[in-house]
Amino acid sequence: MLSRLLKCVREYKTISILSCIFISGEVFIEVFIPFLVADMINAIKSGAAMEEILQTGIKLVIMAVLSLFCGSIAAILSAKASTGFAKNLRHDLFAKIQGFSFANIDRFSTSSLVTRLTTDVTNVQQSYMMIIRTAIRSPLMFVFSVIMAYRMGGALSLSFVVVIPILICGLFLISRNAMPAFRKVFKKYDKLNESVEENVRGMRVVKGFVREAYEKKKFAAAADDITNDFTKAERIVAFNSPIMQFCMYFNTVFILFIGSYLIIKNGGTTIDVGQISSMLTYGMQILMSLMMISMFYVMITMSIESIRRIDEVLCEEPTINNCENPIADVKDGSIRFNNVSFKYSKNATRNALEGINLNISSGMTVGILGGTGSSKTTLVQLIPRLYDVTEGSVEIGGIDVRNYDIETLRDNVAMVLQKNELFSGTIKDNLRWGNENATEEEIVDVCKLAQAHEFISTFPDGYDTHIEQGGTNVSGGQKQRLCIARALLKKPKILILDDSTSAVDTKTDALIRKGFKEYIPDTTKIIIAQRVNSVEDADMIIVMDNGQIAGIGTHDELLLNNNIYKEVYEQQKLGGEDNEQ
Amino acid sequence: MSSKANTMPQGPSRRGPGMQAPLGKKLNIGVFKRVLKMLFKEYPVLVPITMICIIFSAISSSIPAIFSQRIIAIIEKYFMDRNWDAAKGEVLGNLAILASIYILSLISFIVYTQLMAIITQGFLGKLRKRLFNGMQNLPIKYFDTHQHGEIMSHYTNDIDTLRQLISQSLPALLQSGIIVISVFSIMLWYSAWMTLVVVFGVICLITVSRKIGGGSAKFFIRQQASVAKAEGYIQEMMNGQKVVKVFCHEDKSCDEFNKINNELYEHSSNAHAYANCLGPINMNIGNILYVLVATVGGLFLLSSIDNISISGMAFEISIIIPFLNMTRQFTGQTNQATQQLNSIIMAMAGAERIFKLMDEIPEVDDGYVTLVNAKFDENGNLTETEERTGIWAWKHPHGDGTVTYTKVAGDVRLHDVDFGYTPDKIVLQNIDIYAEPGQKVAFVGATGAGKTTITNLINRFYDIADGKIRYDGININKIKKGDLRRSLGIVLQETNLFTGTVMENIRYGRLDATDEECIAAAKLAGADDFITRLPDGYNTALDNNGSNLSQGQRQLIAIARAAVADPPVMILDEATSSIDTRTEAIVSKGMDRLMQGRTVFVIAHRLSTVKNSDVIMVLDQGKIIERGSHDKLIAEKGTYYQLYTGAFELE
Repeated sequence: MLSRLLKCVREYKTISILSCIFISGEVFIEVFIPFLVADMINAIKSGAAMEEILQTGIKLVIMAVLSLFCGSIAAILSAKASTGFAKNLRHDLFAKIQGFSFANIDRFSTSSLVTRLTTDVTNVQQSYMMIIRTAIRSPLMFVFSVIMAYRMGGALSLSFVVVIPILICGLFLISRNAMPAFRKVFKKYDKLNESVEENVRGMRVVKGFVREAYEKKKFAAAADDITNDFTKAERIVAFNSPIMQFCMYFNTVFILFIGSYLIIKNGGTTIDVGQISSMLTYGMQILMSLMMISMFYVMITMSIESIRRIDEVLCEEPTINNCENPIADVKDGSIRFNNVSFKYSKNATRNALEGINLNISSGMTVGILGGTGSSKTTLVQLIPRLYDVTEGSVEIGGIDVRNYDIETLRDNVAMVLQKNELFSGTIKDNLRWGNENATEEEIVDVCKLAQAHEFISTFPDGYDTHIEQGGTNVSGGQKQRLCIARALLKKPKILILDDSTSAVDTKTDALIRKGFKEYIPDTTKIIIAQRVNSVEDADMIIVMDNGQIAGIGTHDELLLNNNIYKEVYEQQKLGGEDNEQ
Repeated sequence: MSSKANTMPQGPSRRGPGMQAPLGKKLNIGVFKRVLKMLFKEYPVLVPITMICIIFSAISSSIPAIFSQRIIAIIEKYFMDRNWDAAKGEVLGNLAILASIYILSLISFIVYTQLMAIITQGFLGKLRKRLFNGMQNLPIKYFDTHQHGEIMSHYTNDIDTLRQLISQSLPALLQSGIIVISVFSIMLWYSAWMTLVVVFGVICLITVSRKIGGGSAKFFIRQQASVAKAEGYIQEMMNGQKVVKVFCHEDKSCDEFNKINNELYEHSSNAHAYANCLGPINMNIGNILYVLVATVGGLFLLSSIDNISISGMAFEISIIIPFLNMTRQFTGQTNQATQQLNSIIMAMAGAERIFKLMDEIPEVDDGYVTLVNAKFDENGNLTETEERTGIWAWKHPHGDGTVTYTKVAGDVRLHDVDFGYTPDKIVLQNIDIYAEPGQKVAFVGATGAGKTTITNLINRFYDIADGKIRYDGININKIKKGDLRRSLGIVLQETNLFTGTVMENIRYGRLDATDEECIAAAKLAGADDFITRLPDGYNTALDNNGSNLSQGQRQLIAIARAAVADPPVMILDEATSSIDTRTEAIVSKGMDRLMQGRTVFVIAHRLSTVKNSDVIMVLDQGKIIERGSHDKLIAEKGTYYQLYTGAFELE
């Protein structure tokens, strides 16, 4: 899992390693500084000449400058490496998602994909920076400091033999107990925030049913529970600092005691006051580096979840791929379903489509009708191979859709989705999704056909009108017509409208269909609709019920022999035209 | 010997560091005072105890300087003679005092960190509850005029910054402040000259790090802008991913993303590089300062300048060595304090936002007429009763002490009502509506014509600007809002379900409803059929607003929820819009039964839904332009007729 992620470091590998090298340099100098300081102090103490003191001083300043140099270079490199790594991660994730099939997309919710691309990547970036900055630094610092302390202080370093195990055990125990506690409470915390969000969203319901007091009580119980858990977890972690403090105190007292004993006993020949002072610095460095290592451990465990989520996307295999030697030409718009069955997931107990056989010749207009959940959408999604059939086959122009090049196939089978989206940009930008190189003339032509030209012309900026994200500044009916125009621009051999005129009034709806008949007679048109009069005049109407074809025929035929069709027809005639949404 | 360890994070925080930088904001003293006041008020004992512990442990962590000075002085005195036995007593004596101070300090340290954990989380818990309770009392207007994400960020981001403030920044600031002061006094105790050198160095240090900090702020702002841009693009593309697939637009959206991604990389790598440099720079200026102090100290020692000090001690090696350590401590803590100041400024911005929500004016309710269970006594008079009788009455206390009871019938009248969400923009004008008990009143009109607004006025989500609304003859302003709303059942187009089982969601309509009553309501709404086919039937868990159900199914549950409440008046705002016509035909029988004997206000685009209403009001731009029964309006051949025949688009 980790190695798959680390592959994304790519071109930033060199920088990462360089950064580690410079950090090692910095550590080395940093560890050496107290050594010189000890010399200096001893020199001052022994009343050495000013020259000698200055010499050591200059050496120290040079060291500091060197350390500054190494430190800054490492800082810049590690920033570049970690943000670069994040860039690569985002790039790979995004590219991977672009390759997803509909089935893949269904597996992840939109918001979870957004989180993975943003928050999770940021978490990994932080951890990576932490790794290259402290994963090398702290252990190095620890080892160097211990060595130097031993070389310099001899018996004084005995103190560390006591202190280090205490600190390690303490930190280990704390993080082992605290981490699960935090993970648990964070999960609850997320739940709490979700329920607040639910509340904010549903405030009209809360107020409408006068449930304010009830909600308050519910929230108070959850909040108290979380407060308790949080307090418990934090109280465990709160022992971190006292343990650290204890080790430092112990170190100080021990070194002062043994140090003064040794100096006095030996008359300052083996060690001197300078060493005492520096030993305290080393003690500090050793303990701090241990502390950092434990922090590092915490950081990594915190971001494991993010790593897992990113990895989940990276190792998701697209379920639909081009076959070998794909066919790059679609002959005509005839469609055949041979005994097709389909289910959305392997584990589903029930087929979404069962035993579908259809024969649609090129240029036909086909209407599909049926209640929600009758698998109308599922049926048409198999044509541009948005999903692959589970059993049987779908053919276009006499060839199985799985043998076509996917891009060719989808360029020839234009589908206007039920849940359609416009993107931020001008109307023209949006339409050109259908054909990048479309001329102005072509654009106006398709818009006229989709009955969109008229309202676009009333906008002050016409075709250059800016569409907001999600197309919020045009009405539902306008959006639908723009989406139809966008699909028409592909000049497809097959055009599928999945409930795409539901917000358009019946008159305009009829005009659109009339235009189709006149201007694109050779294109096979498949229209899913709720309204009977949207499909009434089709060459063939398919009535879907519960994943099966309940009836096929023309309007008149179905009225005679299909109960569902008759029922819907009469209900709608009775209730008048419905102008929903 | 520094107390750096004290400032280690007390627990993991899930927001990564480094993404936020103080953007040159000023500290808001008023907000700061208010936070402190709240803290003291909630924990009048614990907070002072904690403070005392912090101060004590801070002072005791600067004391070792004195002891190392003394011990070095002892060493100086005896080391030439190598007379450990003579020195032993003095050394041990001093160390014993030091050790006892340390033990006390450790105890106070443990007390303070433990108390801090309790105070922080307890305070945040209380704050959360206050925030939520305050929020529940706010009028709908607040939720209509604030983005949900914005409200949510008070609960997440803002509370998190406060956590940082209380558990880390405030104690660390206090601690650093105390240490700086006590170290400063100790330094003066030993030598004014040397102190001067240290202070000079610290000023240099702060100046440099402020400069660099300012530089990094600029890059962080740019980074923030790129982050927003990238997130916007990601959001848009993820939402439209299926459209991308259908149009084979994958490569193009990748190209576009790469551009945005590269820009984000440029800005964030710069911002982080700056921030990362701060550490080495601070440390090494500290090192140089150290050399400076040592050199100057040596110089003083050699040149035998007169020392100026509180203690009156002369320059000695035993002064200079502790001074070196104190230099470290002093620079470290000053740095610490300035950094905490930054995070306090940031936390104050969060606190200010929280206070703003807490200070919002709650929904005012001057009503005094209440809804009570009622029954008719032997004499046929309406009297109040405890148990649920199915009969409701308005209990109306009068100024003279008498109380009258009016049976809740569901007679709603609007007289000449004007309304605007903002005073300068009138949404409704001269609205007159009479709904007699048991009548079905429908509103038809384009989006924005004011249909939903009328229902918002009846349940007093908003108050009318002019005119009168009477409910069973009582001015609705006199009715307690809760009681008014309890007598009205609403089903909205945008269905909101809550996390919990299907059963719990239906029971939301009436908390004391039995399972049987809930199931009966579901049957009435036509929801029973699909619910029983769910994996766990009525016990199927719903989450994320019932995302595992179709929009139509959610609407059916919402209808059942209103049905179980069994109110005399119902408002159905596009309640069946997502149910397909065939299912609606099935549901409509149940709906008819549900509406029977109630006054019902219906809003629907689908005219088949409203056709059998007693009165249909056609609204246009806040005015009723046509009213009457279906047959009457068809005969008039006006707007309704055009809508009905499909010659007219409602959008």
